[in-house]
Amino acid sequence: MILADILTGAIRSGTSVMLASQGELVSERAGVINLGTEGSMLGGALGGFAVTVWTGNPWLGALAGGLCGLLIASIHAFLVLSCGANQLATGLTIMFFGMGLTAFFGRDFVSEQIVGFNPVAIPVLSDIPFLGPILFNHDPLTYLSILLVPLLWYLIFRTRLGVILRTAGEREEVLFASGINPKLVRYLAVLAGGFLAGIGGAQLSVAYTHAWVENMTAGRGVVAVALVIFASWKPARAMLGAYLFGAAQALQLTVQQQGYAISPFFLFMVPYLLTLLALLLVERRKSSRTPEALGKVFAGEGSG
Amino acid sequence: MTNKKSVKRKANAFLFASLALIMLITGCSQPGSNNAGGSSNAGGSSSAPADSGSETMGTGGSAVGFIFVGTKDDYGYNQAAYLGSVAVEEAYPDLKVLRAENVPETAEAERVMEQMIKDGAKIIFPTSYGHLEPALNVAKRHPDVVFYHQGGLKTSTNVGTYFGTIWEPVYLAGVAAGKMSKTGKLGYIVSVPIPQVLLNVNAFTLGARSVNPNATTSVVFTGSWCDPGQQANATNSLIDGGVDVLSLHQDCMKTVIETAERRGVMTVGYHADASSLAPNGWITGSLWNWPDLFVDMVKTAQEGGFKGSKYDGKYRGTLADNVVQLGSFGKNVPADVVELVEGKKRELLDGTLLPFVGPVKDQAGTVRIEEGQTPTVEELEGADYLVEGVIGSIPK
Repeated sequence: MILADILTGAIRSGTSVMLASQGELVSERAGVINLGTEGSMLGGALGGFAVTVWTGNPWLGALAGGLCGLLIASIHAFLVLSCGANQLATGLTIMFFGMGLTAFFGRDFVSEQIVGFNPVAIPVLSDIPFLGPILFNHDPLTYLSILLVPLLWYLIFRTRLGVILRTAGEREEVLFASGINPKLVRYLAVLAGGFLAGIGGAQLSVAYTHAWVENMTAGRGVVAVALVIFASWKPARAMLGAYLFGAAQALQLTVQQQGYAISPFFLFMVPYLLTLLALLLVERRKSSRTPEALGKVFAGEGSG
Repeated sequence: MTNKKSVKRKANAFLFASLALIMLITGCSQPGSNNAGGSSNAGGSSSAPADSGSETMGTGGSAVGFIFVGTKDDYGYNQAAYLGSVAVEEAYPDLKVLRAENVPETAEAERVMEQMIKDGAKIIFPTSYGHLEPALNVAKRHPDVVFYHQGGLKTSTNVGTYFGTIWEPVYLAGVAAGKMSKTGKLGYIVSVPIPQVLLNVNAFTLGARSVNPNATTSVVFTGSWCDPGQQANATNSLIDGGVDVLSLHQDCMKTVIETAERRGVMTVGYHADASSLAPNGWITGSLWNWPDLFVDMVKTAQEGGFKGSKYDGKYRGTLADNVVQLGSFGKNVPADVVELVEGKKRELLDGTLLPFVGPVKDQAGTVRIEEGQTPTVEELEGADYLVEGVIGSIPK
């Protein structure tokens, strides 16, 4: 069942990317691009791992991972929203800052061992032929990440909170006129995004690999940012994109084992090629919908 | 309108971002090649002192330098080399041991080595394969310093390389794996197709097939020496494919060993003993034993005896030299398997058994080692093929 293996692999290796891209989506819905997502993921991976080592409790680890991601994102929020710094330049800087910071503080954790989260088969559901093993034999954070998607969709498109969030990213002056501080909304969105990216990082270290190694996210945060565009800022599509990336990673490993004479070096590129291709297709489509104020800085009263 | 414009702007922004990234990355390696060019000139013009010092080369230093490509406690390659540096520290209390971890295989390594020389080091151990070129460059500028490079194929006046014939224990571990596997399907997670890696996959497969002629090894390249996420993907993918014994050639191995253990699959380790990570599934492993060798190498250079010694050139320590070792056996390995492998080990040690004995065929069935032929270490280290029984391909 090669197909089932690839689909299972898609969820396994796509989950951390998926969580981070949902976070980036929230942030961009409010108008802030955060290229520092990679840094937040690394912060989450290290923070989550460290707290799991100290407490032995992976749930506390996941929470701590989220908070570390949030802390790193808060630097981005402060520089961009309070100091008016360029979003892209700041984000890139935050990414490299996160790499250095976690490499420095992570040294002592490389040799640590944890029990962490482990896959839990859901009774009955995991016995469904074909779909059961693909969907219902994962770690708890993966299940939560799947539940998160409809929840986020509901929040963004069906609640007043969602309207406020989207307005911050489209017509901040409207928010301002109705007495809500758009800067505050954006702050909260960036922090929430950092929190989710941090959980994504913690999923990688505490649930999937049970290890901390410097720079272990290896570009997954950058892919997460790219996927948000592919997803046209919609949670379900971001999920699809992340799983597509995961599937491509699983596929290249499966293809290698089949012994086809395809260079592994070519296969390494496949996940990124697919991501690029997806971006290209979406950019060509008219229906692509960018939050209007994305990347702009709201300077307060009188600005338009 | 504005909508479309901002989409464009966004696309441009991404272009800008990726360009910036590329510039940063090349920015790291660019000075390397410039430096290298510059330094070879410098070396050429100041090569005069090189003649003076073949007896004093490596002597009179107040320090010994070690550079590692990873962290010292990675349960792997770097940890093994680190333990060697600790032995030097204990054997020579008067010598200061300078260590630098996470030194990239770029011009950064040259800078680190230059600093160590400034700090009094006359003997330097660049311990990663990719530290070779930077070491050759620095060596040209400092003819009075001895460099011991780990795992390389090139040497110069004051650069010797050392390594171990690790394929011997890997072959023995392959024998154990072939005996332990029920499906006859073995898995091997590797990084990039360099000869060291291919040689190990081949030795492992030959070992397994010596006791189970139908055994196959599925090999998977991850493209990295340590990317736990990709390691977990590869481990799961191989297990899903029916593999019941997994081995690896990676710098870190925690994720692979633990994931396999969790899924009830047996493991064969590499670089260091990780049996504690897999109490049930651990079969055995191949280990480096650098301490005694490192101490002897430092002693040789300190006494001015580097030139003409066995370390001046390519030194390869063997199982018989105790530079490479077969690790301990896991608790679930039955006594008859242990006995069989120990027996083969004795044959290896007394020279009656050679892992690579002809005829050895590659994947396409072409004979690579003729019947009755015994390849030299040099020939083996030039391996550019995978043997029959390996599933997977190497980039051409």
